Amino acid sequence: MRSPLGRAVGLGSAKDGVERWWLERVTAIALVPLTVWFAASIIVHMDSDYLTFIAWIRTPIATILMVLLVAGLFYHMGLGLQVVIEDYVHSGMKIPALLGMRFGCVALAVAGILATLRIALGD
Amino acid sequence: MASSTPKRTRPLSPNIQIYRPQLTSVLSIANRITGVVLSMYAVALVVWLVAGAAGPRGYSTMHAFMRSWIGQILVFGGTFSFFMHLCGGIRHLVWDAGYGFDLRAIYASGYAVVVTSTALTVAAWIASIIWVG
Repeated sequence: MRSPLGRAVGLGSAKDGVERWWLERVTAIALVPLTVWFAASIIVHMDSDYLTFIAWIRTPIATILMVLLVAGLFYHMGLGLQVVIEDYVHSGMKIPALLGMRFGCVALAVAGILATLRIALGD
Repeated sequence: MASSTPKRTRPLSPNIQIYRPQLTSVLSIANRITGVVLSMYAVALVVWLVAGAAGPRGYSTMHAFMRSWIGQILVFGGTFSFFMHLCGGIRHLVWDAGYGFDLRAIYASGYAVVVTSTALTVAAWIASIIWVG
C-alpha cells in the first residue's frame, strides 16, 4: 500500500527538460555565426584542389571554427533528433532509436573533430 | 437505459489531415523537416572532413562527387535547407525571447523567413558562380 504522495514521488518528468530546452537554444545561437562562416567557406572552397583545402583547414581560425562547428552541430542535432524520435516513435523501438541516434552523433562528432585535427596538426 | 445513448456521432477534435495548410503550420513542420534533412548533411560534412584527412585521393573522390550534377543538386538542396532552418531558427529564438506573438507579427515573420531564405539561397549560388566560375 502506497500513499498518493508516495506514488507521485519519483514519478513524473525527469526534471532536466529545461536544461535540454535551454542547451538547444544555446547551441542554436552558437551555430548562427559558425554555420554562416561554414557556408561562406564552402562557396569559396567548392572548387579548391586538395592542397588549397588542406591549407585552409590548417589556418588556426579555420581549425578552431571547424572543431566548434562540429561539436555544436552534433550537440544541437542530438537534441533536435531526440524530440523528433520522442514525438513519432512510440513502439519498443523508441529507446533503441534514441540510443542509436545519440551514439551516432557522438561517433560522428569525434570523427569530424579528429579528422580536422589530423589535417591541422599532421605533417 | 441504452435507448437514451446518443446515436449521432460526437464531434472529434480535428487532426492534421483535416486542417488546411497555413503558413504557420507549414513553416512549423518545415523547420523540423529541414532540421532532419540537415542531419544527413552533417553526416556528409564528417565524410568530407574524413576524406580530406585520408589524403588527396579521398578528397578528389569527394570533390568529383560534389561537382557532379547529382552532387550539385544535393548541395543546392542543402543550401536551401540550411537557410530555411537558420531563418526559422532565428524566428524561434525571437519567440523564445518573448517577442512577435501577435498574429500580424507571426505572419510578417513567416513571410520574412520564406523570402529571406529563398533570397539567401539565390545569393549564395550567385556568389558561388562568380567565385568558382
